[in-house]
Amino acid sequence: MRERSGRPTRPGHAGAPARRDPAEPVLAIEDLTVTIGTRRGPARAVAGVDWSVRAGQTLALVGESGSGKSMTVLAATGLAPRAARVTGRVRLLGEELTVLPEPRRRRLRGRHVGFVFQDPMTSLNPVLTVGRQVSEGCEEHLGMTRRQARERAVELLDLVGIPSPRRRADAYPHQFSGGMRQRVVIAMALSCEPDLLIADEPTTALDVTTQAQIVELVADLRRRLGTAVVWITHDLGVVAGVADTVAVMYGGRIVEQGPVDAVFAAPSHPYTRALLAARPDPAHRGRELPAIQGAPPSPLDLPAGCAFWPRCPVRGDARCEHELPPLVPVAPGHRVRTFYPGREDA
Amino acid sequence: MTADAAIGPGETVAELADLKVWFPVPGGAPVRAVDGVSLRVRRGETLGLVGESGSGKSTTGLALLRLVDPTAGVVRVDGQDVTRWSRRRLRGLRRRVAMVFQDPQASLDPRRTIGASVAEPLVVHRLADTAAARRRRVAELLEMVGLRADLADRHPHELSGGQRQRVGIARALAGEPDLIVLDEPIASLDLSVQAQIMNLLRGLQRDLGLTYLFIAHDLAAVEHLSDRVAVMYLGRIVETGTPEQLYGEPAHPYTAALLSAIPVADPRVERHRRRIILSGDVPSPADPPSGCRFRTRCPQARPDCAEVDPALVEVAAGQRAACRYAGEAVRAMRAPTAGEGPGR
Amino acid sequence: MSGHPDGTPRRALSALRHDPPAVAGTVVLLLLLVVGVAGRWLAPAGVNDVDVDGMLRPPSPDHPFGTDELGRDVLSRVLVAARVSLEVGLVSVGIALLVGVTVGLLAGWYRGWVDNVLMRGMDVLFAFPVLLLAVAIVAVLGPGLLTAMVAIGVVYTPIFARVTRAGVLSVREQVFVRAAVSIGASDARIVRRHVLPNIAAPLIVQTSLSLAFAILSEAALSFLGLGIQPPDPAWGRMLYDGRGFVTEAWWLGVFPGAAIFLTVLAFNLVGDALRDVLDPRQLTVGEARRSRA
Repeated sequence: MRERSGRPTRPGHAGAPARRDPAEPVLAIEDLTVTIGTRRGPARAVAGVDWSVRAGQTLALVGESGSGKSMTVLAATGLAPRAARVTGRVRLLGEELTVLPEPRRRRLRGRHVGFVFQDPMTSLNPVLTVGRQVSEGCEEHLGMTRRQARERAVELLDLVGIPSPRRRADAYPHQFSGGMRQRVVIAMALSCEPDLLIADEPTTALDVTTQAQIVELVADLRRRLGTAVVWITHDLGVVAGVADTVAVMYGGRIVEQGPVDAVFAAPSHPYTRALLAARPDPAHRGRELPAIQGAPPSPLDLPAGCAFWPRCPVRGDARCEHELPPLVPVAPGHRVRTFYPGREDA
Repeated sequence: MTADAAIGPGETVAELADLKVWFPVPGGAPVRAVDGVSLRVRRGETLGLVGESGSGKSTTGLALLRLVDPTAGVVRVDGQDVTRWSRRRLRGLRRRVAMVFQDPQASLDPRRTIGASVAEPLVVHRLADTAAARRRRVAELLEMVGLRADLADRHPHELSGGQRQRVGIARALAGEPDLIVLDEPIASLDLSVQAQIMNLLRGLQRDLGLTYLFIAHDLAAVEHLSDRVAVMYLGRIVETGTPEQLYGEPAHPYTAALLSAIPVADPRVERHRRRIILSGDVPSPADPPSGCRFRTRCPQARPDCAEVDPALVEVAAGQRAACRYAGEAVRAMRAPTAGEGPGR
Repeated sequence: MSGHPDGTPRRALSALRHDPPAVAGTVVLLLLLVVGVAGRWLAPAGVNDVDVDGMLRPPSPDHPFGTDELGRDVLSRVLVAARVSLEVGLVSVGIALLVGVTVGLLAGWYRGWVDNVLMRGMDVLFAFPVLLLAVAIVAVLGPGLLTAMVAIGVVYTPIFARVTRAGVLSVREQVFVRAAVSIGASDARIVRRHVLPNIAAPLIVQTSLSLAFAILSEAALSFLGLGIQPPDPAWGRMLYDGRGFVTEAWWLGVFPGAAIFLTVLAFNLVGDALRDVLDPRQLTVGEARRSRA
């Protein structure tokens, strides 16, 4: 691990709610459902999703394209597209977000939530220096002067591992490599010392050695700043490396969730099991991979029962086809959407 | 379309000798995308080419079809030196070497039907005499890649990502090529679909005796599909060998670092292993470091690494590495005390 | 699933049916076509029948559009002039399309010195004031309808060349073009089968706009005496001839003006609808509109 110039100070924490009970989740969502009106009818992007994340913890949301993993956090933070209808409860630092008027919600989000998206280039404004972009949040939400904010930006760039931060603060995004840009985006996300960091596939566009750097960086920042992290990814390897708890999504619903060790040691939903099994590993060299047939369902055309049923290697019975299986506990904190908990073959 | 029994394994299908592909930059030094690469693809094998962005792996693949112009070196296909072939002559070459692209959505013309896309090589190379023969062959090709023949009338946007990539593979098969360059064929597919495509590629190779150059950044996929692997860094091949050799006993520090960066889908392993985290970024290919190109990021760099440009030397039977301290450096990196790297 | 015609011109036409503005535009254009072909027979009076007793008569049952300063029936002249306007529009835009697209394809596909030479040539054409260019062409060819068409065609060529070149430059970077190169397709085939269909949409829009402007340009040229020669009628010419009588005989300007307006509008409506429907990802114009909104 690299030497770093110590933990940044936490200036101007004005306006933040009083320090909370550490057992209280930073973000908790309950029964979140997102329906998006499209020209081919309503698409149920997210249905009945519950989870929460505590300070200093990382929740990994895993799923394929169209599984609803990104829409879940967008809707939870009030960033869902206009055409989306969001129901359910979302509590950020104990405040119910869904009933707040948009300006207040925007302020809460800006102050307490940092975002890191997949493509660092589109997250940055090409005509502003990175120092300016990092300091913007500090000025806006922490009420710093321009000079203070600039000092803070240099500090943050140093924190995320940008070499010679004082000089680099005056550079423009195109003068940075992909990995360095993503560090800048992380610095921006951290500028208001958010209680929650939402990272939506932050390493997918990066090379594997750069990915390793970013994974380490976020883990380190989380430890030192006590930030709660929601990490959205499709890479099970990344999940194993970053997560404390994991929620596997398929067809807009959680199919399995629990502590990361439990889910990887005893994957209990056929989808989770199949995903883990389909990863190429040395044991399979030269042999067929146990692939899942077919393609993920479209949110426009979801099966009546279990969304995974058409591709399920186990294929329970008619009940799976027509009825939605409940999310049932199989171990403490470990829940699986199935009619047949504990049955390996079902 | 079966492998010719008369041609045994080991025969060279395509070969690059000291290939350089430099792209001119107005008012600057040229970008040395590929800077002295030699490799040989043998009939019936899968040669995996791994590297990160900017390593030159894709440009190397394009050079085999002469889709980029070599600055220096030789491209040989089926024993013929095609380095200086005219545009017209190259069109024939491109029947023998086919390509599958990363993004199946982008690599299919959105305005043409699936059937028209798959049939294009047949039309271009006059491989089917009549429209009916063409249709039959398209149906055959689609079924070969696991698609229903009636998808021929559809447009790409009506298919899923996995289906589109199957179409891309069917198109590559149409000319019965000697070599297929697979440029990141699974990278933009859904997780649950990647394994399907890997199985398809393997099955086709087994049934049709195909030869693949499999270009990818996903080391696990490369290990799974390849018979031999070449690792590229900054326009050079730094190590070659069998997957067992490279993944078991990597000799080049970069290979070791790359392997250590791959996340393993097991939280217990992840929690306890020490990654070799490389510091900094890949240097600019317009201005590569002197001596060993990896030395600026190498945790085991020694002073003389800046002076001598290491050649690929054999470190074990069939395994070669371009490092003066091959093996030794990796052992030092993996040793408990040195694992953290020198830091910055 | 074969049999649902998809992405074909036929599908485009059938989809156009569900778009009211496009239907209206098509109806106007079809009417215009009929009038253009059969105007001479539809006209109630001869275009050059002078009636010295019936000069500058307002619209009446005998002369629904009134009469002009020579007592000629305005309705008849508007109907007959449709042919001239259409001819000028179609021929001049046809010239611009043919030359401009060829130039743009060559420049965008081969780039390098071909691009430089061709596009600098287009810049020179573009830099000339339209009328100056037309005057120069008239000086060479002599005034008349043909001159007007050539002049307008030349004036619009650079626009088509630029639109085409821009399209080619972006399409040629697409992976599917590289894929076509990778299977050994010839340049001609790639341009014809992959590049042109994918830049058709902006060209169609440009064509519809240019048709409209060409008709307006013809009016300007005719007014300057560089286009169609009196006494043959043309809308632009009539509009300008009528300007001296705006206060006492509004119908002289209003009816040819309305004809120009309707024609230009119709071309634009149809062009817009075609642009949407030529995208194979859209199913109908209505859906295309909704998804863009």
